[in-house]
Amino acid sequence: MSVSSNAMNDAALQAAPMANARGYWATVGRRIVRDKVSMVCVAILLLILLSALLAPYLHLADPYQGSMIRRLRHIGTPNYPLGTDELGRDMLARLIYGGRLSLLIGISPVILAFGLGTMLGLVAGYVGGWVNTAIMRTIDVFYAFPSVLLAIAISGALGAGIANSIVSLTIVFVPQITRVAESVTTGVRNRDFVEAARASGANAFTIMRAHMLGNVLGPIFVYATGLISVSMILAAGLSFLGLGTKPPEPEWGLMLNTLRTAIYVNPWVAALPGAMIFAVSICFNLLSDGLRSAMDIRS
Amino acid sequence: MLSYAARRMVYAIPIIIGVALVCFMLVHITPGDPLVAVLPADASQELAQQLRVAYGFDKPLPVQFGLWLWRAVNGDLGSSIATGRPVLAEVLRAVSNTVTLAIAAAIIGFSLGLFFGLIAGYFRDSWIDKVATSIAIAGVSLPHYWLGMVLVIIFSVELNWLPAVGAGPSGSGAWSWDWAHLRFLILPAITTSVIPMGIITRTVRALTGDILSQDFVEALRAKGLRETQVFRHVLKNAAPTALAVMGLQLGYMLGGSILIETVFSWPGSGLLLNSAIFQRDLPLLQGTILVLAMFFVILNLVVDIAQAAIDPRIKRGS
Repeated sequence: MSVSSNAMNDAALQAAPMANARGYWATVGRRIVRDKVSMVCVAILLLILLSALLAPYLHLADPYQGSMIRRLRHIGTPNYPLGTDELGRDMLARLIYGGRLSLLIGISPVILAFGLGTMLGLVAGYVGGWVNTAIMRTIDVFYAFPSVLLAIAISGALGAGIANSIVSLTIVFVPQITRVAESVTTGVRNRDFVEAARASGANAFTIMRAHMLGNVLGPIFVYATGLISVSMILAAGLSFLGLGTKPPEPEWGLMLNTLRTAIYVNPWVAALPGAMIFAVSICFNLLSDGLRSAMDIRS
Repeated sequence: MLSYAARRMVYAIPIIIGVALVCFMLVHITPGDPLVAVLPADASQELAQQLRVAYGFDKPLPVQFGLWLWRAVNGDLGSSIATGRPVLAEVLRAVSNTVTLAIAAAIIGFSLGLFFGLIAGYFRDSWIDKVATSIAIAGVSLPHYWLGMVLVIIFSVELNWLPAVGAGPSGSGAWSWDWAHLRFLILPAITTSVIPMGIITRTVRALTGDILSQDFVEALRAKGLRETQVFRHVLKNAAPTALAVMGLQLGYMLGGSILIETVFSWPGSGLLLNSAIFQRDLPLLQGTILVLAMFFVILNLVVDIAQAAIDPRIKRGS
């Protein structure tokens, strides 16, 4: 930790114990705020998220309103700064509105899997024995599929739809998070404070909820943030294949699919939705890396 | 060594049965009666009942699974509803094209990943490291199907150098390793190679950094070894983990090729899967996924055993 130049005067020395008493998460927070790359990523992600949420108030063109006479305009056309798509709809509006569904189907599987996987891993790691065997061997089976194949197998069987693609991606990520949660929990289980809680008569549920959850959540959380990038790419990929949302909804993967036919007419407009997926995915990846090194305080 | 290999194979059996069970259940989580997919639209009640018995859908699920598994073990995955041909033959023919693509992509992605990873790890925190890690993080963050589109836009639409879709001048004819066919392979292979390139760069960089900070490297240098000889020791120590990651990536490329094969109309297992999904060809869907998942399980097993063979620490550890 860096010490500022005036830290040696008396007031600072008296304040020192206070600074030491700062919690782990506050320290991690300070470290991540100082990391320029992470903060740029947060800014870009917030911009995309807020403009998607506030899209109706941004005076954009109607993302559903097409026109046969102004199809596939180039980037930089007056009134259509990012051109128009294959049905003459404003690309800027569709890209901004598209963030709503794309972020929803990309991020919610990771949140759901984070909850489910943490629960499963905590129980498997704490209870151990045959419960551990039952949970972890089941997880191994799902782990034995390449993730793209598993997502497409389940989505393909369930059929197209937003809910189905969220379900299939959740099933893909639960095993991965459970594995991390189980190994972290196993590491914490035999520590003294857990032993003390057990000796003081706390039941298994209380120990898991009150004493262990806080100690295992950090590493699992970092792992989960790293999955958001994969999830965004896969979710948009399912839509790209026609297994996610249905037209005319604006969604980046689906837009990329419908614009594929236009690459010989107006190639760069057709590539725009993918650039949005890439931007979100790389920002989450960099943010996850930043978070990981911010949490690694000993180094 | 042999006992380790035997033990790993025994552990794989329940996984293989579990994977088969998941593939079997795919048909039963589909909304509606699985029979609807095989019935002609104007089928009579009697025909429906006949087919139900013929496909075994009238029996309880565990019995159906047992029968299905027995047939699958004997190489009978049923027939495609769309073409009427045996599923296994269709899948194996398509997989050979996917293997071609995966090998080409592995050559590009693994060698670039190794190169970037080693120099980044060796010159940690230098500008070389920063460039290599940026390339790696871009590689793992790229929606690869979009990269495929962008490459088509640049090299097919704008420059007209390479074909945009297909796997050969005569449509989906037999593959051969000549320039007329290789032209079709370049763009899909580059697209497929990007994710493994990024992951291997990151893995090898971290490995190299870890190894270089260990005491024995210091000892080697103190002994007066030349830097190239030290480098050989680093390579040797990084090899087992790096090879394991490469094996896994090869498996992902074989099993996860559907998006790229769709972009490039590459006639492999992914494109087959795509058509199976949209024609609701359930036996073909089930069979393709089963074959690809089994490939992945077996590849993982081979990687595990190979890793133990070259790294004695693993055998002792388990």
